[in-house]
Amino acid sequence: MLEIRDLHAAVDGTPILKGISLTVNAGEVHAVMGPNGSGKSTLAQVLAGHPAYEITGGEILYHGENLAEMDAEVRAQQGVFLAFQYPVEIPGVSNAYFLRAAYNAKRKAKGLDEVDPMEFLDLVEEQLKLVDMDPAMLHRSVNAGFSGGEKKRNEILQMAVLTPTLAILDETDSGLDIDALRIVANGVNALKRPDNAAIVVTHYQRLLNYIVPDYVHVLAGGRIVKSGGKELALELEARGYDWLLEAVA
Amino acid sequence: MNTMIAAPALLSQATAASASEAPEALRAERAAGHREFEANGLPTTKVEDWHYTSVSAIAESTFAPMQGDASGVTAEQLAPYIFSTSWPTLVFVNGVYAPSLSQTDNLPAGIRVLPLAQAVGELGDVVTRQLGTLAPAARDGFTALNASFLGEGVVVHVSKEMVIDVPVHLLFVVNDAGVGGMQHPRILMLAERHARATVIESWVGLTDGTYFSNAVTEVTVESGATLHHLKVQREGRNAYHVGTIEARQGRDSHYVNFAFTTGAQLSRTNVYTVLDGEGCGTTLNGLTMLDGEQHGDVQTRIEHAQPKCFSRQMYKSILDDTSHGVFNGKVFVQSIAQQTDGKQTNNTMLLSKTAQVDAKPQLEIFADDVKCTHGATVGRIDETALFYMKSRGIDNDTSRQLLTYAFAADVLETIENETIRDELERITMRRFTSVTD
Ligand SMILES: Nc1ncnc2c1ncn2[C@@H]1O[C@H](COP(=O)(O)OP(=O)(O)OP(=O)(O)O)[C@@H](O)[C@H]1O
Ligand SMILES: [Mg+2]
Repeated sequence: MLEIRDLHAAVDGTPILKGISLTVNAGEVHAVMGPNGSGKSTLAQVLAGHPAYEITGGEILYHGENLAEMDAEVRAQQGVFLAFQYPVEIPGVSNAYFLRAAYNAKRKAKGLDEVDPMEFLDLVEEQLKLVDMDPAMLHRSVNAGFSGGEKKRNEILQMAVLTPTLAILDETDSGLDIDALRIVANGVNALKRPDNAAIVVTHYQRLLNYIVPDYVHVLAGGRIVKSGGKELALELEARGYDWLLEAVA
Repeated sequence: MNTMIAAPALLSQATAASASEAPEALRAERAAGHREFEANGLPTTKVEDWHYTSVSAIAESTFAPMQGDASGVTAEQLAPYIFSTSWPTLVFVNGVYAPSLSQTDNLPAGIRVLPLAQAVGELGDVVTRQLGTLAPAARDGFTALNASFLGEGVVVHVSKEMVIDVPVHLLFVVNDAGVGGMQHPRILMLAERHARATVIESWVGLTDGTYFSNAVTEVTVESGATLHHLKVQREGRNAYHVGTIEARQGRDSHYVNFAFTTGAQLSRTNVYTVLDGEGCGTTLNGLTMLDGEQHGDVQTRIEHAQPKCFSRQMYKSILDDTSHGVFNGKVFVQSIAQQTDGKQTNNTMLLSKTAQVDAKPQLEIFADDVKCTHGATVGRIDETALFYMKSRGIDNDTSRQLLTYAFAADVLETIENETIRDELERITMRRFTSVTD
């Protein structure tokens, strides 16, 4: 589904990703871990198509197509979804309107009819339950004044509505208490299907108790310095990153 | 200092108009208008209030009074501009009242709305009490010019204690037959004590030709009364529009004005009110949306003349291309006006690098126990929010539209009437359908 080959990316001329290769197949969950500043969010933003990140080398194939050539909105319409580490507040645009606009954009791209506000509210009811969110939140501005946990749940709600093929979760677990963490993880697990895949960026093993990864990758200095199975996360939890970084140096 | 531009062609038109046949009640004001216009002409940009807005194109123009040809205007053409067909609506086409397009038989009891010519006979004392007293011909060249052409217009009279739920719509339309012409309507509104009403003034251009609308509205809000007054300016792209609203308020009254500005190549809206009774207040809000080479100027002046009054102002502008927005908000607090509570905010969103805004708050406070604040911001589209929306599949144009709309949402939300609010929200959403960088 996703094939990243020797990807180099820079922001404002500063190289950040320095040769990343990663293959994600349908049905798989990949965890990406690594110290602060190692480039995890950069990788996520590059995949989502943030214009500030320049791809300086390598390629990204998504279903065999060159992802880098697609605008961010096209990627989303084709099933790429990024749950932001820092979800953006949009005062003045209601959550319901925003969600429906996104949902309809995807439908339109598929040649389907748009749904009207009433139909949409029916449809979103179930997803609200999935993330244990008060329907009243739909009528508030997108993320405006939401608590940290509410913002993260709102990201998962969007994901549930948009049913992405490739979901990238950037530290969706950070700042969540254990109940919220469980809700978020349950949401992700409920959406898992054999034909979709997820890349889960996290600092903590605890999320991986709920979302069990098939592969764990450690990013450091813009490179993947180690890949392994789910037991690698446990090892990192116990030993930290230093031993790995020393081994690479 | 050269503060006046003579406008020879306009003056000769004004001379002819003020000398023509007119009802007795209008004659003195016409003469005053003519006299003042002859003496003052139109303001140059040396005049402080006109610093950012040059009206030389109007002064040099040769507009002739519009003749009111309504033959080319159909109800279907007006439909998009009528907020609700169940509301009383007075339509003026090319400067003249068009009874066949108007609907007044649905006016509820307690409110009278008459064309000026008819009101002179039937509401004579309202006309004489108000005409030229709130907006005297000596105010400025445009008010003087309007006075010298006195004849067309409307009188809205809400009787004491009457609560009128249905809004009244005054719609001024110009089509191709009005091109090269000018109109000078005068609107008088009186809300007697404890009355409540909503009046919309709409300015619509069904033509891309050049014409000139120069309106003056005089408003009295008596003690305890509440008047909602909306001005929706959707003149043609090449029109000139100058509109002055002058209000005077009694004790515990509330005057609420919303100025929605999106048309004309050059427009100027003045909203002035005198808080002339203890405990009264005014809420002046507005939204201006311009693109191309449009120039839109909004000026407010709130005079706190009595204690314990409040004033609230929120004006927003969204400017694209090489458009130019101007906002000047004046608040005067007289020495007697203790415990004044005034607040003014002005926010501008620039959609292009070449759009321009000049905003100036002006507070002159002569009382000591006063709370007055003001704040102004100028910003651009939030690129982070734009990417967030796109990352959810929403295309660039729609994302920009939504963010533009979001910027304006809070000021539009202040509009109390839901039908009007929904309609203005819809227009706002669609105003910038293809936004350029
Ligand atoms: N816009 C930017 N301009 C300059 N440097 C940037 C920019 N964005 C990211 N960087 C730098 O790129 C590096 C990688 O940042 P990134 O956010 O990808 O790290 P991360 O692995 O997600 O870290 P964290 O665990 O703290 O979220 C950091 O050194 C960061 O300072
Ligand atoms: Mg990060």
